[in-house]
Parts: sequence; structure tokens; C-alpha cells
Amino acid sequence: MPPATLPLPRAWRVEVSRAPGFDDPDGSHALASVRELGIDSVRGVRLARGTLLSPEYDRTAVERIAGELLADPVVDRVSITPPSEAPPRTPADTHRILVALRPGVMDPVAGTVESVLRRTGRVPGDGEAAVQTFRAWELEGAPSAAELEEIARRVFANETIETLAIDAEGLSFGTPSIAGRRGRTEVPLLAADDAALDETSRAGELSLTTLEMRAIQEHFAELGREPTACELETLAQTWSEHCKHKTFTGRIRFKDAGGNVEEIDNLLKSTIARATHELARPFCVSVFVDNAGIVTFDEGHDVCFKVETHNHPSAIDPYGGAGTGIGGVIRDILGAGLGAKPIANTDCFFVGPQDLPLDELPKGTLHPRRVLRGVVAGVRDYGNRMGIPTVNGGVWYHRGYVGNPLVYAGTVGILPHGYAHKEVLPGDLVVSVGGRTGRDGIHGATFSSAELHEDSDEVSASAVQIGDPITEKRVLDCMLQARDRGLYRGVTDCGAGGYSSAVGEMAEKCGAEVELDRVPLKYAGLASHEIWISEAQERMVLAVPPENEEALLDLFSAEGVEATVIGRFTDSGRLVLRDAGECVGDLDMGFLHDGCPRPLREALWEAPDLPEPGVPGPEELGWSFERVILDLLAAPDIASKEWIIRQYDHEVQGTSVVKPLVGERSDGPGDAAVLQPLPESSRGLVLSCAANPRQGITDPYAMALSAIDEALRNAVAVGADPDQAVILDNFSWGNCEKPDRLGSLVLASKACYDGAVAYGTPFVSGKDSLNNEYRVDGVSVPIPPTLLISCMAQIPDVARALTMDAKEAGDLLFLVGETHLELGGSHYLERAGRAGGSVPCPDLARAPGWLRAIHRAVRSGLVRAAHDLSEGGLAVAAAEMAFAGMRGIELDLREVAATGDGDGVDADALRLFSESTTRLLIEVAAGDEQSFLTVLDGVPVARVGRVTDGEQLVLTGTGGTRIAELDLESLRRAHSGGDEG
Amino acid sequence: MSVRALVLRTAGTNCEAETVRALDLAGARTDCLHLYACLSEPARFDDYSILVVPGGFSYGDYVSAGRVWAAELRHGLSEALAGFVGRGGLVLGVCNGFQVLVETGLLDGSFDGSRTRDIALYGNASNRYECRWVTLESEACACPWIVAGERWPCPVAHAEGRFVVREPEVLERLERNGQIALRYVAPDGGPAGYPDCPNGSVGAIAGISDPTGRILGLMPHPERNLTPWNHPRWTRMADRDARKEGEGLAFYRRMVEVAAAPSAAGTPARA
Repeated sequence: MPPATLPLPRAWRVEVSRAPGFDDPDGSHALASVRELGIDSVRGVRLARGTLLSPEYDRTAVERIAGELLADPVVDRVSITPPSEAPPRTPADTHRILVALRPGVMDPVAGTVESVLRRTGRVPGDGEAAVQTFRAWELEGAPSAAELEEIARRVFANETIETLAIDAEGLSFGTPSIAGRRGRTEVPLLAADDAALDETSRAGELSLTTLEMRAIQEHFAELGREPTACELETLAQTWSEHCKHKTFTGRIRFKDAGGNVEEIDNLLKSTIARATHELARPFCVSVFVDNAGIVTFDEGHDVCFKVETHNHPSAIDPYGGAGTGIGGVIRDILGAGLGAKPIANTDCFFVGPQDLPLDELPKGTLHPRRVLRGVVAGVRDYGNRMGIPTVNGGVWYHRGYVGNPLVYAGTVGILPHGYAHKEVLPGDLVVSVGGRTGRDGIHGATFSSAELHEDSDEVSASAVQIGDPITEKRVLDCMLQARDRGLYRGVTDCGAGGYSSAVGEMAEKCGAEVELDRVPLKYAGLASHEIWISEAQERMVLAVPPENEEALLDLFSAEGVEATVIGRFTDSGRLVLRDAGECVGDLDMGFLHDGCPRPLREALWEAPDLPEPGVPGPEELGWSFERVILDLLAAPDIASKEWIIRQYDHEVQGTSVVKPLVGERSDGPGDAAVLQPLPESSRGLVLSCAANPRQGITDPYAMALSAIDEALRNAVAVGADPDQAVILDNFSWGNCEKPDRLGSLVLASKACYDGAVAYGTPFVSGKDSLNNEYRVDGVSVPIPPTLLISCMAQIPDVARALTMDAKEAGDLLFLVGETHLELGGSHYLERAGRAGGSVPCPDLARAPGWLRAIHRAVRSGLVRAAHDLSEGGLAVAAAEMAFAGMRGIELDLREVAATGDGDGVDADALRLFSESTTRLLIEVAAGDEQSFLTVLDGVPVARVGRVTDGEQLVLTGTGGTRIAELDLESLRRAHSGGDEG
Repeated sequence: MSVRALVLRTAGTNCEAETVRALDLAGARTDCLHLYACLSEPARFDDYSILVVPGGFSYGDYVSAGRVWAAELRHGLSEALAGFVGRGGLVLGVCNGFQVLVETGLLDGSFDGSRTRDIALYGNASNRYECRWVTLESEACACPWIVAGERWPCPVAHAEGRFVVREPEVLERLERNGQIALRYVAPDGGPAGYPDCPNGSVGAIAGISDPTGRILGLMPHPERNLTPWNHPRWTRMADRDARKEGEGLAFYRRMVEVAAAPSAAGTPARA
């Protein structure tokens, strides 16, 4: 049903569209998306970008604003409509879909226009330069009413954050009128029974369990009073899974597949963090205590790295969710130690299959194509605007992510030695810098700690935030100057939970008093507790010694960045909140941080009973080796991600040494990124990542180890020293209140301990997101257990960095590592439709030594190219090296030693498609063979082929016959010919 | 006497560090100043003989790339800019800086508002942000630090870099005036289709100058190619170990040399 027509907005309406003769790429791309829906009744789409301006302007002023700011005199044409008048009628066969942001949703475009009008002295008579924007999509053709509805919802608007009007007026003008209650509000809890406690938690979107609500009830019963809304909300934010990691730090009774029972007190401390502490690597400067792990880089600098998840917001608004995800992790780095300069971003996405039929889309979810396009655009528009190169990442596709996609965003920062630690002293001022506070992002922390369900988009709209990267960039510019001048002592970012978490965390050891009425607001009408917990973006909190107040405020104001004293740190051990002098909250820091109950959770692991599928040969499946290799290169997980990579600025800051795409035509998938962060030093920073969710379903322990091994070997493949590497864990799991989900989490965590210790590679930071399930029609489906391992390593001299492309005809190819019957979760068996099989698992006693040996060979200058064997195995690695280098490659599988030959196992397929870990294909100049083998003494290594000046990948099978011959162009086409987003 | 260069920045500028580095390596003494500092003291322009508007997303490039910054420059610094150009200062706009220069009208003579701008940079034909390396060919042109016939690699990274003109006569005028400084070419020097020309610019134009040649704007980023290891194929080069610098540094070095030469620099700036 078309929405009712609203009154015409009382504002000047300026619509800007392309002038005749200049194309409209937005329109043509939108048309392509309409066609994707299978709708052919639309002939063309045009975009008009609309702006509403205050009715107080006169026509001359509006024409000047339009001419100077809104439209280009060459490529645009402008239509101006006075207030309360109807816009010009559209032709008979044209439909108009109007899309505008919902009231209160951040509109950076409008904000920019408004502020330039102010700065250039063009405020209308009433002093309000109110500006709003909208988009008018004009569709030519004769779509049915139902088609128009479908197009509008699926292509043009996300109704979580936008309003939509089809062939009707839907615009309104003016700030939202909301009326939240300021002042003290008490929440009656003392007399409540369990049902009432649960109802209070549910209705308030607090995500607190009965046990937690009871603990709060008891605490306030002892005090003899009811909690205030601010207090209850503060507890809900601080105790949320998102902020407190209750599962990881809680108590667990774990029963393994053999029936052994073990009690674990704090899984994080007993596995991941324990490894780091036992390893005690001297380069770890600050680990597991701050926003990000900080390690030594060179004589004068440290580097830090943090990766965050932003899954649930991205599920309901992919663009805004991913953008604020990257914005949030950048702030983590700005708040690491006394603040680091961001020098690189990473992004990893786990989404549903892009070709999912529309009728298989679960109710309430966005199509995986829309999700992926949205998150890519979100990361692009935030990361590019911040001027931080996005250099590493990946995309994984699986049906298990349809209802609950995963978005991981990472940022690396650099800071001078001596800035790694912060402190807060009683008497310091609480200073908020950056964006203003609005109703956006209320309950993000508690929302992300709950399951998604089919109505999530309705109940959680307020949890969505739209970022404004330019505000964050301005904060960055000012903060680093303030840091270098020593104007503040402590800093943290405003992330989940807003001020409640930021101030609560900073003041944990002392206390704080905050005056909520001093907080700058985007608009009036917020309730006191909303100001306190709003997750409005682009805000940081500083602890400023009083004597620096003036200098600090001046510094920010010189660049037009808002900085406001909102309170002070105390030695009271209490968190006191006042609004216009009235006490609206007074919490004991001890209870806030240590009062959360720690229930015993049950965890159970039963290995799935799957048949050993063997390794069928291609003939058995009706294929040829050629066909399989081309299909694997085109498999979404393996195929080129160039359409994404090129949209990210990976060159800004001028530090790029090894780019995401490498080779003669820059189309080879690089194993890891190399940067030279400091122009005066040739020391390089290496970033890589790995995840194998397919393997995690059957064997979470092996999956975690293989991810650690893969992240490290990716780094080693570009020249990194494995002894200077650190890793980050990011777990996204299903609902860990369920014993089977928690069981697999326990196993993966144990693997993290074993792996870190074996490789000598400490974890320095991590994050978990443990409620990734999607509930529809009463059934809850978890995502595949997904552990992302991100690696930050170093290369002593960037001049020794390697790329994976084959370099020179005549060079020899060596396979390092061992090939086993490990095709569980492999792309080959998935394509064959066979479940089961052993999941690849590194040999912890030997694998770390192999990586070190390879690095010695790299440092000796003996390696021309190296490429990691992972998804798709040896066949895919060789094919990628060949087309990236525009060189032929010959491989002889008779030279590839393998275990697992036997009945039901095709010897060639085993060697080509096993995904055994710790293997690299290494190119060595013919004259260096002996030196190379000497350096690799004791490591399993075999000469398996050579680089040729031919234009084919030629494979000789174990039987001595040629089993495949593929020309480079067809390999390239298979790899890069797929999805274009 | 060393050349003094000023790199301007404002909200959303993000290439100032590598731009300052390029100018310093090229021999200039470079400062980076916030727009607000110049607005409150426009005479600061007098200290410099090179002014660079660097890359980034000024004010988010919301509405249109470079437009808001250009409006601020025209509004608050038009006299200072006119004075700087009038006494022979060199102006460079890179990427977002090029977009800003186009929007100000400094390149096509519409700066003083006497006529309507007839050149523009708008959305790439691919409708995408494009980060990739391209091959540039330097034209015989008015710009004194562009060496005709040179072919060199450079990265681009932009979403709105498609150079267009209002009507064909504008292009003829630019060519006649020697204002076309740089074009995208195929790696072998042939005509550039997508993606060698990443944005669909008319005539594959990558950079233009004003008629005097002293104001230059270009979409590619020479300051991102200063080291021997920035090039996308340096690991494949036979002379990789002998490389001393990236190909982008020569661009800045020649600019600084021109600014230093008294004959070309007009009234020398105070050093």
C-alpha cells in the first residue's frame, strides 16, 4: 500500500540531477539492481539529489546556495521549488521514489552544508540554518504497484533508518520532537519477583539475566532504595556480554568427547592470555589491558593492533553498521595508550551466498548481496575518508551467515615509545571531545549481546548509528597534537555503552562525577539516561589535569572541534551522575565492576559422527582436473576480491610496499600486506589474517590451530620474521548459553593456547561476539563457529619483501611442508558434495621450525616468490602464482610426497587439493638450489616443478601422464571473472 | 635560498604528511597549516612560493568533491590567493586538491566570478572509487615543471575524477593554451581505455594547468610514489636493488627547482 501523502514540507526544495549529455552512473547502477530482482518493466532510472532549505531564505539566497554548493554548473541541472509548493510534475510514465533519513538519524551531508552556510555567513533570518537531504529516484517505465514496492524496499531504502514514499510526498522538515524525561527516575525493583525482573530487563532492552537482575535487586535492597534509570542502564551496559565478556571470563564445566570433565575458571585467562604471559616476549609492551595490544616496532616507536566485530548492526543496516564498525575500531587505536596514529585498516566479512534465491531468504533478513555491497561501501566510505589505507582482509561465503553476517574491522596504529600507558588522577577533568550526543545508538551494547530475530530491524532501529568520518578525522588531528604536548593523562574511546562505559572504565580505580547537563546534544529531548548511554559516534573521553584545561580547549577550538568539560575524576570510589544539580545516579565502583554474578556454564563437545569420505577422483565425479581447477579458482571464497579491494584506498599515507593485489597485472592475491610505516626506517610491518569456518563445524580445535598457522605462514610468505609476530583472536560464535556452542568455543580456545605456545607467538588483543544466532519461526540457527586470526608481524628490511607471483622462467619450485589426507572442510570435497574427512591440523612440534627456516632462506635472499597453500590446495596456489606472474608453471605430482594414499583416495586429487597446513610453494633461482636446501635442512621440502616461459599450467600426475594443461588466460578469467558486486 | 612551501589542510584532508615529505625530499622547507590559521591571517601566504592543496576528503566531499573547501577559499582567501598567484607563486592541487582548484575556478579563469565555470570533475564512469596504478604521459604544455613526452607510473585513488568540459570548444581552448598537462595512457603508451584511464575523463586527461602554467591540478598522487618500494611491480624489476626513489619524487623536485629559479619565480618569496 502506498504511504499516505504528507503535507508538503515548509522548506525550499532544491533537486539536482544530471544535465543532458552527462551520464548518471548512480541511475544506471540502480537500474542494474532493479534488473537483478527480475523486474524488466523499468526502462531507466535517474537520481535527483534533493536538499530542503529553511523557508526563511529568499529566492536569491536559495539560488546562490544551489549554484555555489549544491549543483555543478557543468554537469548538473537544478530545480528549485518554494516552500509548501508541489514539485514539478513528472512525466506520465515516470515514477518517483523519495528516500529520506528518519528524523534523528545522522545526516553528514546536511551537517556539512549547514556548517559551511554558517561559516560563510549565510544563516537565514531566524538564525537556524536547518538543512535536510533526500534522494528522489525517478523510474521510467510501467512497473506494477507491487514491483515498485519491491524495488523501493530492496534497492533504494533501508526502512530501519530511512523513510520511503512512492509517487507521494513523504518529506517533513525540522528537528525531531522527542521528549525524554530529564532528571531522577527510579525503577521499582525491590518488590519484583523473577518474572517481573525479567520483564524489566526485556522491556528495557537491558539483556540482563534473571541472576544478574537478582544481584542488582539485592544490592539496592541493602542500600534500602530503588535503582535509578541511569544506574540500571549503567549496570546493563557494563555487565553486557559485549563489554564484560562474561562467558570468556566466567566459570565453565566442560565435558569433552571422551567424557572427561574439567572445570575452567576464566577461559580467557586460562588459555589465550595465559599463553601470552608464559611466553613473556620482550616486545610486548601492553597486552590485554588496553584498547589494543601494543608491541615494540623500532628504537623509537611502538605499534598496536585491534580488530573488532560489528555483526548485529551490520545485519540490519550493512552500510551504517560496517562504517561505524571501522569508526569504532579506529577510535580504539586513538585511545590505545595515550593515543596512536592509525596507519592501516583491515576488514573481513562473512556473508551468505551471493546467488541465494530470493525465496530462500529468511524472513526479516537482507539479501546477502545487499549485505556485502553495503558493508563494503560502509568500510570504503569511512576508511577512505579517514585517510587510512585498507590493506588486508577477506570475504568468506557460507549459508550459515545469511541471517547473521559477520563484519570484522581492524586498525593498526603507531605511537612513539613512552606513550603506551595511561593514568587517571583524582581531580583530573572528564573532557568529552568530538561529536555531539543524540538518540542514535541507544542500547548497542545490549543489542549486540542478544540474538537476532525476524523483528530485529524494528525493535533495534535505535541501535543503528550512522558515522561521520570527518568529525573523527578532526578529532584525530587534534588529539595527536594534544598528546604530543602532554595535555592529557588518560584517554578512552566512547564505544559500546557510550559515556557509561568510557567514564566507568577510566574511573574504575578512583571514581568520577559527571554533570549530564554539560554534555553537548544534537537536539533537545533526550532523557538523562539516554545522554549517559547513547553510542553516538566520534566521541572520545580525556582525563585532563586542571592546569591544562585552557590549553586543551584552545587547541581543539582552533580547528573547530568541540571539547567540553563534563565532570571530574574523584577519589570517592563512586560513579556519581548529576543532571542540573540533581543526583540521577550514584554507584559503587566495586559493585559496578565486580558485582556481576559468575554462574557456572555447561559446555559439551561431541565430535560429529561423519563418514571418512576418501578423495574421489574427478572422473568418478564426472569432471576433469582442468574443470575442477577452474571451478575452484572461481569459487567465491577463492576468486578475486578485486572489485572490493579497488574501492579501498590502500595507497594513502604512501607506505605501501606489498599491496593486496600483486604481480605483472596486479591481479594476483597477495598473501599479506607489507607497509613501511616510517619513511626514515626500512623496517616493515606485515599484516595477514586467516579463518576456516568450514573446518570449525567438525573440528574446532584443529580449525583454530590451522587458522593460527595460516595467518603466520601468510606473513612468512611476504618475508615476515615469525619470531616477531603477534596475533589477535576474534571469536564469533553462536549462543554460548547452549552447551554445544560453548563446548566448541572451549576447544578453539585451548587450541589458541597450544598454538600460541608452540609457535612462540603471543596473542596481544582479541574480542568475542557470542550470540550470533538467527531466530525465525521459533528455530534458532547458529553461525558456523568463526575464529578470525589476525597477524601483525615485522620484516627487518622491506627491500627483502616478497610477492607471490612467479618471477622468472627457469626458476625452480619447491613445496615446503607435508601433504596429508586432510580434506575435511576443503573446497574440493565441498564441491564433490562429500561431508566429513580429517580437518587440516599443523604438527605443533615441527611446523614452527619450518616457518623459521623459510624465513632464514628469505633473509639470505634465496627466495624469488612464495605462496601459501590454503583454500584449494596446491592446484590453486600454483595456478595463482602462474597467472599473477604471467609465467608458465610445470608441476610433477610424482615429486609430491603425501600420506593417506589408498583405497578410495585418488592420488592426484589428494596431492592437488589437500588443504594440509604449513605448506608453501617457493620459487628459487636454479643456481640457488643447493644453498636453499642447505638452509632448509631438516625441513620436508621437495622440488616439485619449475617456472617456464610457456603460457600454461602443466600438471603431470602420479602415473607420469599429463593430467591437466591450462592456459594462463583461462586461469585468470576463472579467478577474476566472477562477482562484480 | 631555499624554497618555502605551504601545504594547506582542513577537516578531512588526509594526504598532508606524504605531501610535506615529498616537498621536503625535493628540497623545499615545508610547513603545513590549518585553513583556519590562514583565514585569520591571510598574509601568511606571503611567506611561501609554493602552495599545495593536498588530497583527502575535505569536509567529507559531501555534496560534491572539493566544493565546500573551494567555497571557503573563495569566501575567505580570495585576495590572498589572487595575490599569491599574481606575484608568481606556484599552486598545486592533488586529487581532492585538484577538485578544489577546479571548483574555485582558478584553472579555467572563472575564479573572479566574471564568467561561469566550464570544466568539472565528477563521478567516475565506473561509478566506483578506484584505487589503482596508472601510467601518465606528460604533455607539451604551459606548466614549466612538466617534461613533455615523459611516461611515468603513479597511483590514483578517487571516486570523482572524471574530467569533463561544458562543450567541445572548451577542450580546444585548453589544448590551444597548452593547459593540458597530463594524460592517462596504456602502459605501452597507446590510448587508455578503462582501467588505464580509471575515470572516463574526456581526452583521458589526468591533469591541467591554468593558462600561465603556474597553477596545476592532477588527480593522480605522485607523493605516494617516493620510495623504491611503492611501485606495484618493484619485486619484478631486474634493477630492483639499484632503485633509489620512486618516480613521483622527480615531479616534486622539478616543481621546487622552478620555484627556486629567479627567472621563473617572479617576485621571490621571503625565505
